Amino acid sequence: MHDKTLSELAVALEAGEFSSRELTEHLLARIERLDGDLNSFITVTAEQALAAADAADAARAAGKAGPLDGLPLALKDIFCTRGVKTSAGSRMLDNFVAPYDATVVERLKAAGTVSLGKTNMDEFAMGSSNENSFHGPVKNPWDPTAVPGGSSGGSAAAVAAGLVPAAMGTDTGGSIRQPAAFCGITGLKPTYGRVSRYGIIAYASSLDQAGPMARTAEDCARLLGAIAGHDLRDSTSVARGVPDYTEELEAPLTGLKIGLPREYFGDGLDPEVEAAVREAVKVYESLGASVSEVSLPHTHYAIPAYYVIAPAEASSNLSRYDGVRFGHRCDNPQDLIDLYERSRAEGFGEEVKRRILIGTHTLSEGFFDAYYKKAQQVRRLIRQDFLDAFEEVDVLMGPASPTPAFDLGANKDPVSMYLQDIYTIAVNLAGLPGISVPAGFVGRRPVGLQILGTHFAEARLLNVAHRFQQATDWHRRRPAIAEENV
Amino acid sequence: MQWETVIGLEVHVQLATRSKIFSGASTAFGAEPNTQACAVDLGLPGVLPVLNEAAVAMAVQFGLAIHAEIPEVSVFDRKNYFYPDLPKGYQTSQMYHPIVGAGEVEITLDDGSTKRVRVHHAHLEEDAGKSLHEDFHGMTGVDLNRAGTPLLEIVSEPDLRSAKEAAAYLKAIHSIVTYLGISDGNMAEGSMRCDVNVSVRPVGQEAFGTRAEIKNVNSFRFVERAIAFEVERQIELLEDGGQVVQETRLFDPDRDETRSMRTKEEANDYRYFPCPDLLPVVLDRAYVDHLRETLPELPADKRARFEKELGLSAYDAGVLSASREMAEYFERVKDVCGDAKQAANWVQGELSGALNREGLPIQHSPVSAEALGELIARVMDDTINGKAAKQVFQALWNGEGASADEVIEAKGLKQVTDSGAIEAMIDQVIADSPAQVAQYRDAEPDKRGKMIGYFVGQVMKASRGTANPQQVNALLKEKLDALC
Repeated sequence: MHDKTLSELAVALEAGEFSSRELTEHLLARIERLDGDLNSFITVTAEQALAAADAADAARAAGKAGPLDGLPLALKDIFCTRGVKTSAGSRMLDNFVAPYDATVVERLKAAGTVSLGKTNMDEFAMGSSNENSFHGPVKNPWDPTAVPGGSSGGSAAAVAAGLVPAAMGTDTGGSIRQPAAFCGITGLKPTYGRVSRYGIIAYASSLDQAGPMARTAEDCARLLGAIAGHDLRDSTSVARGVPDYTEELEAPLTGLKIGLPREYFGDGLDPEVEAAVREAVKVYESLGASVSEVSLPHTHYAIPAYYVIAPAEASSNLSRYDGVRFGHRCDNPQDLIDLYERSRAEGFGEEVKRRILIGTHTLSEGFFDAYYKKAQQVRRLIRQDFLDAFEEVDVLMGPASPTPAFDLGANKDPVSMYLQDIYTIAVNLAGLPGISVPAGFVGRRPVGLQILGTHFAEARLLNVAHRFQQATDWHRRRPAIAEENV
Repeated sequence: MQWETVIGLEVHVQLATRSKIFSGASTAFGAEPNTQACAVDLGLPGVLPVLNEAAVAMAVQFGLAIHAEIPEVSVFDRKNYFYPDLPKGYQTSQMYHPIVGAGEVEITLDDGSTKRVRVHHAHLEEDAGKSLHEDFHGMTGVDLNRAGTPLLEIVSEPDLRSAKEAAAYLKAIHSIVTYLGISDGNMAEGSMRCDVNVSVRPVGQEAFGTRAEIKNVNSFRFVERAIAFEVERQIELLEDGGQVVQETRLFDPDRDETRSMRTKEEANDYRYFPCPDLLPVVLDRAYVDHLRETLPELPADKRARFEKELGLSAYDAGVLSASREMAEYFERVKDVCGDAKQAANWVQGELSGALNREGLPIQHSPVSAEALGELIARVMDDTINGKAAKQVFQALWNGEGASADEVIEAKGLKQVTDSGAIEAMIDQVIADSPAQVAQYRDAEPDKRGKMIGYFVGQVMKASRGTANPQQVNALLKEKLDALC
C-alpha cells in the first residue's frame, strides 16, 4: 500500500481493494517501526487518525466519499491542530496544544483526509537542514548520513520513506522545495496569498506560504485544490477562484517557452547537479518546448534582502512567546524582566535567537532605513526581474539547490547554510509559485529540478511538472527504507 | 519674566464598534476578566488580524467632521515592545500613513470667542489589555477584555496656550465624536483619555521649550489641573536656573501633581515597521463621499443655526448644542411647542435645574421632550398659567402622568378664564375680607395698587391657582374701585 501515490490510493480505496482503516493501520505500523531512526514525526496521532479513517470508510460505504476521503497524510508541526501539540519544532511551544485548527487543516479535514501526525521541522521554520529542531535532526531516507533539507525536512523524509503518501509543508525561503529536492519528492510552493496562512505559526508573514509535498505533481494538484482559496481570516489571502488543478495536467508542452536564468547556473553550482538539470531540460525539448537563456540581474541580492526582511518580521512575530500566556515559562521568575529573559533564553534555540537579534537590530532606530527599507526596495527589483523574464518565457527552470543533500553537521557556519537557499529565496521575495521535481541523482542523493511560474500559474507549473514525470521515472525511485516491509 | 504655555494633546477615543478592531470579540464594557478575548486577542500562535470596517468608517467620519485630508491609502504598522497586557508583543497602530490627515477643530472659550486648533493627524490603533495590581497578593493579573478595542488617536498641533484652551479642545473633540456617534465619550469608563504635551517659553520667543508628556489623563477637570501643576513646575524650575527634562510624567489626581515616569534616555525604541498581516487600507472616493453625505449636523454648524435661524443668544446656542443629546432634546421640545426661545428657557431653566439636582444626564430625563414641549404649548395657548406649569412639570418629573395634558386634567389645573366664575370668586373674597376692603378704601389711591396683591392671592388660592392672573387683577381693580 505504501508504494502507491495518493492518486493511486484514491483509486484503490474507491475500488475497495482496502479500507482507509487498513491503510492507516499499515502506515501507523510503518511509522512505529521505521521512524525511530528517521525522526520525521514529532507527534503521531494514531487515535484521531483511525477515527478519521473510520469516518471516511463510513462515508464511502454510504456513497458519500469525496475524492480525498480516507487518504492519509501528515502535517508539518507548524500547522495549528485542535487538541494536538503544535510545537513548531521549538522547546518554546513543546507544551502548546492548539485550541483551534489552521484553515489548511480545517479544509483537509473537511475533504476527508486522515492526518497521521505532525512532522519534524527546523525550529519556527528557520533552517535549511532540519538540524535546528528541538526534537533532534531528521535523517535523509536516501542516506542516513545526509540531512533531509529544511525547514519542512520531516514532511519530505516521511513521504520519501513511504510513511505517508503526502504531507503539508510551508515555504518561507525554500522550505518546501529544497527538502523535496533533497529527498527526491515533489513539492509545490504556491503563489503568496493562494493558501490561507491562518493557523500557521508565523515565521516571516510576508513570505510564508503553505503547500503540498508528495510523490507526484498530480498528487500535489489534488491537494492544492483542497487547501487553496480565499479565507476571510487571512487578509493577505487572495479572493480568486480555485481552478481544478488536475484538469490541465495532460496539456501538451509544444510551444512551451522555458527560460534558464543565467544566474542560476553560475559559481557554486555542483557540476553533477547542473548536469542533471540540463538533462531534464533536454527532456522538455524533446516534449516540444523551446529553451532560451534569461537574466535575473538582482539575484545576488536575494539572500541579503531575505536575511533582513525575514528576521525583521520574525523578531516581531516571535515577541508573543514571552512566558506569560502560553508556551515555555522559566522556573521561579524573580520579576517581569527575569521572566521574559529566562523564558526566551531557555525556550528558543540558537538559530531562532540569532534571527531575532538580527531582526531587532535591523528595525532599530537609525538602522531601519539602511536595512529594512533598502531590503524592501531590493525586493521590488527582484520581483521586477521575474516579471520581466515572464514577458519572454512561460516558465523558468533551474536547480532547486546548488548541491544535493549535504552531510549532517557539515554546515556549521550560519552564512554558508544561508547560501544553500540561493535559488529558492528570491521566489518568496517575489511571491511567485515554484515546484521542485526529482530529476536525477548525485551518487545516492537526489537532485531537484525547480520550475517557476508567474503569479497564480500553479496549474501551468503542475502541468509542466506532470508531463516531465510521464516522460521520466526519477519520481518513482525509492530509497531502501521505503521498500522495507513491516 | 513672562511665560507662555504651549500645549499639544493626543486624545485617544475608543470607537463604538460592536466588535474589536482586528477580531470578532465583543467590546462591551464591564464583562468578567478575559471573557471577551478570543484567540486573536490572546495572540495565540498562528492567528491573524482582520480589519473591522466599522472602525475605518468611524475614523473617516471623524476626519470629515474636522475637514481633514483623507488620504487614499493608509497603512498599519507594528509598534514593538514587551508588556504583559500586550499579548502579541506589539501594538498594531499607524505610524507613517495614518487614516486621517491634517484638519482643524474650532473651540469656544469662556468669553464666547472661538479659536481654531490644528489637528496634525488621527490614526487607528488597538488598545492593550489591563494589568491589575490589586487582589493578587504581590502578583499582577492581566485582563485582556480591552485588548484589541479600536482607538482613534487624535494628535493636535501645539496650538493650545492654556489649561482652559486644552479643556475646551478636549470638550470640542468629545462633542464631535459623540455627535457622530462614533464613541460613547464615557470618560469614567476610559472611552476618552489623553496624553498632554506641555512646555513653556518666554513670551515672544519663537522656539518651543522642552516638553514633558503627561500620560493618560482621563477627565476634563484633570486635564486642567495637570497642566496647571505642570506649568507651574516648569516655570519654577526655569526661573531657578534649572532645565526641563524631556520625559513622560504621570498625573496623580489625589495629590494634584505630576510625577516622572521615565526620561527620554529610558524610552523604548518601538521598531515600527509595516504590519505584514494587514493590507494597506485603500479608500475609494465614492466610499468617502458617501460618508461625507451621511454626516450628521455637527456642533459648530448646529450652534450657528441655533443663533441665526432660531434667534437664540450665542450663550444659549452654545449650551444647547454642547452635546448631541442636549441638542436633540431641545430641538424636539422646540418642534412640539413651536417656540425656540420658550423651549430654550425651559430646557436651561426648570429642566436643567432638576437634572443637576439629581445628577442625571439629559438622555435619562424623566420628563420626555414631547411632554415638556406640550407643557410649554399649554402655557402659550393660555390653557395653564405659569404657576400651574411648574406644578405640571413637577408632576411629570415625579412620573405622575405621561403627558402634560393628562396631568393638567387630573389635577384640574386648567386655567379659569370664564369672567363669570372669576367674578363669583372675587365677590366671595371681598365679602370675606371686610377689614382689608376697609383698608383699601381708606388708603391713598396711589397706594392701592400694592394692596391689591392680597386680594389676588386670595382669589388665586380660591381657584387653586387656576384662575387667569391677568383677568383676576383687572376684575378685582374694577370691583374694588367701585366700592370706593
